[in-house]
Amino acid sequence: MISVENVSKVYSTRKGPRKVLDGVSFRLERGRNLGILGKNGAGKSTLIRLISGAEQPTSGRIRREMSVSWPLAFGGAFQTNLTGLDNLKFVCRAYGVDYRPLVGFVEEFTELGVYFREPVSHYSHGMLTRLAFALSMAVEFDCFLIDEAMVVGDVRFHQRCHDELFHKRRDRAFVLVTHEAQVIKLYCERASVLHEGRLHAFPTVDEAYDFYQATLAESPAAVES
Amino acid sequence: MPARDSLLRSLAIQRRILHALLMREVITRFGRKNLGVLWLVIEPMLFTLGVAALWTAAGLQHSSGMPIIAFAITGYSSVLLWRNCASRSSMAIEQNFGLLYHRNVCVIDVLLTRIVLEVAGATASFAFLAAVFTALDWMSPPGDLLLVTAGWVLLAWFGAALALVIGAGTAYSDVVEKLWHPAAYLLFPISGAAFMVDWLPPALREAVLLLPMVHGVEMLREGYFGSVVRTHYDAGYLVVSCLLLTLLGLYMVRDAGRRVEVR
Repeated sequence: MISVENVSKVYSTRKGPRKVLDGVSFRLERGRNLGILGKNGAGKSTLIRLISGAEQPTSGRIRREMSVSWPLAFGGAFQTNLTGLDNLKFVCRAYGVDYRPLVGFVEEFTELGVYFREPVSHYSHGMLTRLAFALSMAVEFDCFLIDEAMVVGDVRFHQRCHDELFHKRRDRAFVLVTHEAQVIKLYCERASVLHEGRLHAFPTVDEAYDFYQATLAESPAAVES
Repeated sequence: MPARDSLLRSLAIQRRILHALLMREVITRFGRKNLGVLWLVIEPMLFTLGVAALWTAAGLQHSSGMPIIAFAITGYSSVLLWRNCASRSSMAIEQNFGLLYHRNVCVIDVLLTRIVLEVAGATASFAFLAAVFTALDWMSPPGDLLLVTAGWVLLAWFGAALALVIGAGTAYSDVVEKLWHPAAYLLFPISGAAFMVDWLPPALREAVLLLPMVHGVEMLREGYFGSVVRTHYDAGYLVVSCLLLTLLGLYMVRDAGRRVEVR
C-alpha cells in the first residue's frame, strides 16, 4: 500500500513561495491503480516525484509499504559518457538486481544494436526513450509511477510499452498522471483530478472526466511550468 | 520490523548504493581507454613528483638537514589528500542531479563516493611514491609507521569533513564554489606542507596552528623523521576540529537533501 497523507509542497520562486500541492491525500492498495488528470503545470510531475521519494514533501507524510518505481521512462539519470549497458548495470546495482540475465531483454527491447555498447551521448532521442523505458522494466516493482512522458515515441514503440506494462505486468499497482483524459479512460479503474494544488477524488472515471472538462473550460490556456 | 533488522537492511542498501555509485564514477571519470582507473593514482603522483622535482631544483635545502624529497612527498601528498576531497565534492550534487531520482540515492551517497575515491587515490599515490623512493634509497623508511598512519587518517578525516561542508555548500549557492577555488589556492602555502612549524617565529606559529591540517602534517612528519625534526602539534585539537566540521557538514548535507529539487 502507498498512503499519501495531507501532503503539501512549496517551491521557492523569485516572486516568493509557491504552493504547488496543497493537502493532497490518497491511498493505493497493492495491485490497484489510479489515474490523475491535470492540466499542464497542475503539479502532476511534482506529485509523482514525491511519491517516488526523489523529493520530500514540505509537509505531510508519504508511506510506502510496497516497492515503488522511480518515475517511469525518466531519462535524466543517464550519464552521457556511459554506455547503455553501463546505465543498465548502474540501475541494477542500485536496486540489488543481477544485470546479466537482463542484458538480452534490454538489448532486444531497445533495438539499439551496436549502440548498446556506445556512449549514450551518441543516441538519438528515440533511442534514449527506448533505453529509459527498458531500464524501468528491468527492476520488478510492486507499483509503477507513470508520467505522461512515456506516451511519446512512435506507434510501434508505444504498443510495446503497452504490452510490457499493462499486459505482462497487469498484476501490479500503478499511478498514471496525464493531461489526456482518453489515456486514463483506457487504463485506469479510478481517477482523480489535480486542480489548483488540490486532489479531487471521484468514484468513477466518468465523473472525474466531467469535472476535468469543466476545469479546462474555466481556463483553457494553462501555462506550461 | 525489529530495530536491528531494520538497521541491517539499511546498511545493506547503503553498501549497494555506494558500490553502484563507485563503479559508475570510476567509468565516468576515467573511462575504459588507456590506463583507466590507474589515473586515480597517477594524477596525484605526477603532482607530487613535479613538486618534489621543483623543490629539489630550487635547492630548497634547509639548515635542519631535512631530506628534501621526503619533505616534499610527505607535504604535497597531504595537501592533495584534503584538498582533492573538497574540490571534487564541490558541485558534486549538481553533477549527479539525475541520480537523485532514485529514492535510495541521497546527497550524502554522492559526496561519500567522491570522498572514498579521492582518499583511495591520494593514499595509494603516497604509499607507492614512498615505497619506490625508499627502495631507491632516496628516502629513508618512516621512523614510526603508526604515527604516520594516525596523521594520515586524521588528515583524511579532515578532508572528508571539509568535503561535506563544501559539497553541501555548493548546493545552496554557486558562490561557495567560486570562493573555494581561491581559498584552496591560498591555503596551500600556509597548510604546513612547505614548511615546518618550528622554522617560523613563535608569533606566526600560533597563527598557523589555528589551521587543523597543519597539526596533521606535523604529526605525519614526526612519524616519518622522528627526532631529526622538532614538531608542534596537538592531536586533540585536530580531532575536535574534525568532529565539529563533520557535524556541520552532516547538518548541511541533511538540509541540502531536503531542499534539493530534482528537475
